[in-house]
Order: sequence, then structure tokens, then C-alpha cells
Amino acid sequence: MKLYDVADLAVRNLRESIFRNSLTTIGISVGVASLVAMLSLGIGLQQLASRRLQKSGLFDTVVATSRRDLRNFREQREEGPPPAESPSLDEPARIKIAQIPGVVEAYPDIRFVTDVRVDDKPHLTMVAGIPFSARNNNDAFDAMQGSFFSSDEAAEVILQKSFAEELLGITPKPDADNTNLADLAKPLLGKQLTMRYAERASAPSSPSLGPSNSAAYSVVSRQQALKIVGLTDLDPDSLRGMARARVFLPLRLAQDLHIMQSNLRDTSASDSPSYTSLSVRVQNPNQVPAVEDAIKKMGFSAFSIVDATRSMRQFFAVLDGFLAIFGSLALAVASIGIVNTLVMAILERRREIGIMKAIGASDADVRGLFFAEAGAMGLVGGAVGVTLGWAIGRLINFGMNIYLERQHFPSAQIWSVPLWLVLSAIGFSIVVSLLSGLYPASRAARLDPVQALRYE
Amino acid sequence: MEISGTNPVAVRTEKVSRHYQMGEALVRAVDGISIDIRSGEFVALLGASGSGKSSLLNLVAGLDRPTSGAVTVHGNNLAALSREQLAKYRLHTVGMVFQSFNLIPSMSLLENVELPMRFAEVDRRERSALARQSLERVGLSGRLSHRPMELSGGEQQRASLARALINRPKLLLADEPTGNLDSRTGTEIMELIRSFNQSLGMTIVMVTHEQALAEKYAGRMLHLADGKLVNDLSKDGVRGTSSEPMQAPGPGGKTQ
Repeated sequence: MKLYDVADLAVRNLRESIFRNSLTTIGISVGVASLVAMLSLGIGLQQLASRRLQKSGLFDTVVATSRRDLRNFREQREEGPPPAESPSLDEPARIKIAQIPGVVEAYPDIRFVTDVRVDDKPHLTMVAGIPFSARNNNDAFDAMQGSFFSSDEAAEVILQKSFAEELLGITPKPDADNTNLADLAKPLLGKQLTMRYAERASAPSSPSLGPSNSAAYSVVSRQQALKIVGLTDLDPDSLRGMARARVFLPLRLAQDLHIMQSNLRDTSASDSPSYTSLSVRVQNPNQVPAVEDAIKKMGFSAFSIVDATRSMRQFFAVLDGFLAIFGSLALAVASIGIVNTLVMAILERRREIGIMKAIGASDADVRGLFFAEAGAMGLVGGAVGVTLGWAIGRLINFGMNIYLERQHFPSAQIWSVPLWLVLSAIGFSIVVSLLSGLYPASRAARLDPVQALRYE
Repeated sequence: MEISGTNPVAVRTEKVSRHYQMGEALVRAVDGISIDIRSGEFVALLGASGSGKSSLLNLVAGLDRPTSGAVTVHGNNLAALSREQLAKYRLHTVGMVFQSFNLIPSMSLLENVELPMRFAEVDRRERSALARQSLERVGLSGRLSHRPMELSGGEQQRASLARALINRPKLLLADEPTGNLDSRTGTEIMELIRSFNQSLGMTIVMVTHEQALAEKYAGRMLHLADGKLVNDLSKDGVRGTSSEPMQAPGPGGKTQ
């Protein structure tokens, strides 16, 4: 039989007992729906987690350091030139690194411990420069109070929540971790803050010492007035661990202030300082190893923690697997429904099968017909099920966001139905249905026409 | 139609038997029958209920396989055919009509008649035209879209004849085609079958238990009893072409 005829006869047969076949198809769609709902939540959670992690800068950032750094003398396991001969991590090197394919930006790390005064009360804290691009790719600034820096050179600061609490004299209770950020922001936003720092100024050139004496500089104590523009709950500086900053200012401003940093070692002219470390942000976590290699080839040290994403992916693969198994249980039950429906159909259509065989239908024709019926139920059940699963996932997402809102958490998309899930769910439904049709179809094909036609 | 001794053999059975187990008892439904049916013959298989005439017809139709012996139709030894080839044989060489018509109730007459052509993979447009022609031929051109249940028995049997003829078979096998019909419609059906025999030269093998019907239409009558051939008579009283000598059925049909 031609494919068209098989499909035509199958649809006709399905219509003949529309009620029973509809029930079976609903069974399949419930199975597919549970599978899709489970997986859409699994995938959604995975995407949420990886989005968070990516924005944290943990997985798309390579830290480049100079090998001349004293800290590297101890570990000389890396290939490349010995530390003394390795190039200086200066501005030309930064520009070169920024041009490596896949690199979005490379910026120096500026951080220093200093004295910050609000209302003339001194507070000692770590201060860090934040690149202007962090506005869009650091989720710490997604849910902040106030606003991000108005420009890369604005005399503005953003405070971390714990520092704000310190300024206001609030001791956070260990059990209640959700002091309202908005309450903290009210008295602080727009306030002036004075930051004291040490400026590294070039030494007046002395002709007697010559140009080789470029390491000479003087330190001048200065202070800078800054306006508090924002307050963030999450830690924008999570990559730093112990050296976490609590006050953030625009990176460009920090650079322009020529702040004397403990980790900034000047080995060349003061106008072109050499950095001990650069943060290199990469477009895609997959490109991290390649960028890391490229930086190493240039003679610098580089490290990233991209390996951690692998274990995260593994975790989600296991989670998705579990969700898929639970989701598939309903589909397994539905497949028994298909077997039942088709076996019933054989009993009912025994005579019809006998007639078809008597007038020339081959085993393959009969088998194909039952297969097509199973496949059609799978196709329709799969399509309806995907729609249903999509709706269920959406509903769960909606409910979860109401819950998050009540708990004062930012809303999040914990549900995702990518196209591949839609297609593979329908495909899986068809395959399961065809497998379920295997036994009934071969039973129908083997039916003895003489027995089937015996006059009752 | 006069039997022509020179016509080629259409159907040949050689000591064909079909036995099956029914509980403890072995039923010899067909028990060593050897016959030759020439192309263009109109043969009636006569006998009481359970004499094996339908079983023999099923063997010739390729619906069943013999326990022993051979059935050869137009040179094809059916026993040597695979299931797939046997289906092709039923599709192209044989047309069948049944006592209970055996139309598919969910299909219209046109669709019922088209069905064998679906299996033969005939193009959609072509098969619709052929099915219309075939239904027209049996006088049902006004009933194309009716379902079988909406028709009288005679009309259903006509439709089933139209279906049997659709793939232009060489052999028409009819199992009690008038068994469910009153005598007037039965006669109409028989006239149709005779016309196929005479105008198309189609070989007809008809199972019936009505002696009168057989005498009126068939050119040759084969009497079966207890699975054995007991009499082979041409219309004019001449012995048939069976290759085996006739045997009277012994007591209990146990003689061989």
C-alpha cells in the first residue's frame, strides 16, 4: 500500500471509534505533558543557574597575571619564559589581550583598602573599581536599589548591603537575612561619602639619575568626595573571595585617581603602569580555555574556574534525567493504553482484517495500518501533550514567582521549553506509540483469514 | 459455456488434504482431492454442510494452506509461495464473493470496491474511475456513496461482485453467493456471475448446496462428501476431467 493510503485508512479507522481512541490519545498527551513539564522546569532551572553563574563572572572570566609577580616565583611549573624575562603586564599588553578572539574586554583590577568617611565617621574597607560594562552583565546590579554609575568617570559609589548596614549601625540578625534593601537605601542614597586615598604621583625627573630611574614616584595623600548612588544586595565581587570589596566606584575614575595600590608594582614609567592582574571577560564560557591558552602564550599566567561549570552541568544532567524518568512514567502507562486500545481494535475488526486479507492485503499492509494508527495517536497525543506541558510549566512558573515575590526575591524564569524539547517530546511520543503498536500490529498481521471470516 | 477440452488447466489439485485438530478429534475437512479445472469453466462444488467444499475453496483461494498435496493455479504452486506472494496472488489472480457479502461497513460502496486497488497501489484517480465503472457494470451507479448497511442484500452482493472483479482476476471464487438472498435476487446475482463467465471468459468456482442452482448455471458439478470428491459430472452427463477415479464415500468417510 502507498503511504498516503496507509495514512488515510488509519485516520479513517481512528475516526470510527473516536471516543475510545480519543481517550487513549488523551492518555498519551498526559504522559507527554508530564514529561515536558518536568523537563521544562529542569531546563529552566539549569538556565537560571547558568545565567546567574555567568553573570557572577565566575565562568566567563580569565584572570591574567604577570609572571614577574613575586607570588609566582614560588610556583615555576608553568611553561613559558622564566618570570624575570616574561613581559610586563602593562597597557600595551592589556590592549593585546583585549584583541584575542572571544575576549569582550580586559580591565585592570583596582582594589585597595582605605578609609571611607560618612558623616565624619571613618570606616575601613576594601574599595574596588567596577567596569562600566558590569551594568549589563553582572546580576548584582539587576536588583539593586538606586542606580548604576551615570558614567565611567562619575564621582559616584555603589555600596554593598553589609557596608550600608555598618554605616547605619545595624547589626544584621543571623536568622533574618532579608533586611529590606529599600529601607537601607532610603537614608543613604544621594549622600556624600569621602574617600581618603594615596595618590601615586610621578617623581620630578632628575637629570642626574637619568631615564632609567623610572621607578621613582612620590605618594600624596588625597581625598575624593563621592555620591552614593546605589545599593546592592548580591555581591558583585564574588570572584575575589577574601579580598571582597564593599564599596565600588567606576573603574575609569579609579584609574584616573592614580591610586597607590599595594599590589600595583611599578617597574616602568609611571604613565604606563604595569598591572599585577587583569580581568579578561570572554564572550562565552566555552571560549575560556582558548583565551587562557592565548594569554599563556603571550607569557602571562592565566587562570579560570571554568571546570566548575562542568560539574554543574553534570548535576543538571542527573537532575534532568530524574525528571525525565518521572515524566516518562506517565507515558509508560499511556503506552499500555495504546496496546490495550489496539488489541481491542483487532478483536473488533477481526472480520475486517479477514476481509482485507481475502481481497489481497498482505501482512505488511495490515501491519502498516495498525502501526500508522499507533503512530497517529502518538503524533496527536504528543502535540497536545507538549501544549499541555507548556501550559503546566507556565503555571508553575507563575505560581513560583508569586511565591518569590512574597519572599522579597526577584522574580525568575524557572521554566523553559526550547524547540528541541518540543520536537523531541513529539518524536518520543511517536516512538513510544510505535513500540506499543509493535505487538498489536504483528498480531493483526498474523491473523488467519479463514478463522477471521468464519461465519458467526 | 461448453467445456473445451483444449483449454489450459486453470486450477489443479493433487491429492490435496486439509486436516485440523478439533480437541481430540482430527477433522479431515479436505481429504485427498484431485481435480483439474480448465480455464473458462463454470464449476459448482456441491455437498452437504461440512462436506469440505468451503475448505477446498479456501485452499484454491490461497487463504489456507493444505496439510498435504498441491494446489496449482495457472501454473503457480500455491504451497511454494511465501505469505507475501500468496497475498499478491489473492490480489491479482483471484476474486472472491461470500455468502455474507463481507463488505467493510465503515466504507461507502465506492471505497469498498476501491480497496483492493489500494493494496495493488493503483493511482488514486485511476482507481476511482475503475471502481465507478465496475459498480456501473453491476447496476449500482446510483449508490456509490452509500454504506453497505443502507443497501439490500442483493445490492450488497452486487457490490461485492464489483469488488471481486476490480483487479481483473482470472478466477472468481464464490462461496454460497446466493445463500443470504431470496430466490429472485439470487437469480439476478447468478445471471451476473454467468455473464462474467461468458463475456469475460472468467473461470468460476462456486460453492453451493443448491443442486437446482448448480444445474442451472454450472457447466460442471463436483460433489463432495466427508472431504472427498464423490461425483464429477458435466452438465451433459459426461464425466469430468478429474484425474482420479471416483470413489463412493465409505462408512464414516474413512476410505481413501
